[in-house]
Amino acid sequence: MKKIYLYTRFERFWHWAQALLICGLLWTGFAVHGDLPWPDFYNAVIWHNRLGIAWLILFAFIIFWEATTGEWRHYVPTTRKLFAVARYYLLGIFKGESHPVAKTPEAKHNPLQRLTYLGVALVIVPVQVVTGLLYWTYSDWHIVGFSMDLGLLAFVHVAGAFLFLIFLVIHVYMITTGHTPFAHLKAMITGWEEVGHGEKGSNQKK
Amino acid sequence: MKKKNCIWLLAFVLAMTAPGWAAAPVSTADHSRFEQLKKEFASGPEVTQACLSCHNEAGSQFMETIHWTWICPESGDGKLGKAGLSMNNYCISIPENEARCTSCHAGYGWKDDSFDFSKEENIDCLVCHEQTGTYKKYPTAAGNPVTKPTRFPATGELFEPPDWNAVAQSVAKPERANCGTCHFYGGGGDGVKHGDLDSSLFYPPRELDVHMSEDGGGFACVRCHTTVAHRISGRCYQTPAVEEHKSLIEDDLASRISCIACHGNSPHAGISKLNDHTDKVACQTCHIPSYARGGVPTKMLWDWSEAGKLKDGKPYKVPGDLGRPVYDSQKGVFEWAKNVIPEYAWFKGVIRNTLVTDTIDPDTVIGVNYLDTKPQDPNARIYPFKVHRGIQPYDAKLNTLVFPKLFGPKGSGAYWSDFDWVTSIEKGMASRDLPFSGEVGFVESTFLYPITHMVAPKDQALSCSDCHIREGSRLAGISGVYIPGRDSGGPLSVGGWILTALALMGVGLHACLRMAGLGGKK
Repeated sequence: MKKIYLYTRFERFWHWAQALLICGLLWTGFAVHGDLPWPDFYNAVIWHNRLGIAWLILFAFIIFWEATTGEWRHYVPTTRKLFAVARYYLLGIFKGESHPVAKTPEAKHNPLQRLTYLGVALVIVPVQVVTGLLYWTYSDWHIVGFSMDLGLLAFVHVAGAFLFLIFLVIHVYMITTGHTPFAHLKAMITGWEEVGHGEKGSNQKK
Repeated sequence: MKKKNCIWLLAFVLAMTAPGWAAAPVSTADHSRFEQLKKEFASGPEVTQACLSCHNEAGSQFMETIHWTWICPESGDGKLGKAGLSMNNYCISIPENEARCTSCHAGYGWKDDSFDFSKEENIDCLVCHEQTGTYKKYPTAAGNPVTKPTRFPATGELFEPPDWNAVAQSVAKPERANCGTCHFYGGGGDGVKHGDLDSSLFYPPRELDVHMSEDGGGFACVRCHTTVAHRISGRCYQTPAVEEHKSLIEDDLASRISCIACHGNSPHAGISKLNDHTDKVACQTCHIPSYARGGVPTKMLWDWSEAGKLKDGKPYKVPGDLGRPVYDSQKGVFEWAKNVIPEYAWFKGVIRNTLVTDTIDPDTVIGVNYLDTKPQDPNARIYPFKVHRGIQPYDAKLNTLVFPKLFGPKGSGAYWSDFDWVTSIEKGMASRDLPFSGEVGFVESTFLYPITHMVAPKDQALSCSDCHIREGSRLAGISGVYIPGRDSGGPLSVGGWILTALALMGVGLHACLRMAGLGGKK
């Protein structure tokens, strides 16, 4: 068992800040949508807007950081071992098999993670940002001659929110699939990931 | 704090010691000094002649107005109005009932069709202009005051003959008391008809009406109902209201009848999301949280079909909780309410009417007046209404609404004296040469009043979640617009939560299998 430093200070900061903002956006968003009784519509709208803008600013910093540090490489999708990883989570994990892809400073994410995070960042986030900004400025569209059914716009934004919610459920659960239930969580707090002995072999294969 | 009190005290002392202090400087004439108004008067028309001797255009001006003709000036064909072919579902119509109804006509002597609308001295200047508060037209004397003290049997109220000189010399621009004499009592009693107009507006507290209250704007009616040459701006709802939606900044001579005239199109301070509502929601919708708020109940339902029950051969009344009868043999069953939450509908300022000549479908609820505004209409706004529900007589063979004769002495065929619908309707319809088969049925109906008075202070306006809420939204019945918080997006919410639940179950199952697997391995 050895420890490797995977997550730098800024990366951990943006991860947790984003986690809080997404939870806040989900909660206030579903309150605006009428699915949650608290906060009331007025406060839900105000806070959803504030959190949304805050997140947009944070997201800009994240993208800048990914681009300048070269961290974006961790999100380049690959099909190599993708099915092995999928098979692991669907079968192998129950039999006590080792994870087919070990974490290394050069490749923090397994192929499934790469694909998921890239999908979130390239599809769900832009959809939420664009529909969110359009929703926010709904009453001023006429200035630029744009028009769209608000119901349709809201539908897309809420659909994106549900995708985020489902991502969150699975993501939080996946944290517990390390060599101990809290290993991954600890890593995202301290930055140091314990790489289990079982994973070493597969890592070397790579 | 102390300083504030001093100012209030000073204001109070000034107000108490200087009556007319505010009113005195606005007129260039003191009518009490005119010789024409010092002579002896025996009747209203004599006073009117004295008025017209100076105001020599007033008569012809006034005769053009709805206050004289009781015909909507916008209707063109003259079919719309109390004196036309339209009606309501209260006392329904005026033909054959003139002597009672025209106690609210600004004229003298309209007791039947023989009334001469071209005689200027038949105009009643005083009811709108006198300021003594003592001038009263007798309820059943075709717009005339009494000539000797008379008690009105229905209410026991004593009516005194006017002191003609005093009332004539008091004239000024109409105050709320003048307009309210009739408009607060529409439907034959305090607050009966409108719901947003009743006697509580003579001296309204600020919570009741920010504009009319002395603690607010202290407005007289004509402050907003801008008047030019006796044409008082108001609506009989034939043209879109938005045409009048002009601010005084755009046109300083614009009518102040709309909120926008003074408040503009962005009435809320700063960059307020509230301003974004004005393209879809009328000001009244949020700023009049309920009507009949002044303590006076308004009538919500009138079922004429229950009328005519007698006890020992005599008509009777059943008193109700709110100080108003819930049954009256002459009129049927009533329902009353105070602090009523309006009903909301798309409205561009146009209301259609079912005329007595129109064919109706008696199996439906008849909109005696009704809306036809489409949500997509750019002039459409969500607007509050009082909806008065009725069950009223109709011609069961010809399928038309009918004009009944209600008012008159025994033997005249009046329903209120003889309790016979067939004769009553025969009389009413014959007076307008309208056909009547002799078969009487009763049909459900609605009559709408746009709610626009009783504007509450801003802190008592509706909050977002009165409408933007899934359950119990005030706008639950409004279609054609996506209202965040109210609308779930159809199957989206359900589908989204089901998928989320499936995801939770999935990870739960995964966790169980993992634990089982680890357990087995150990």
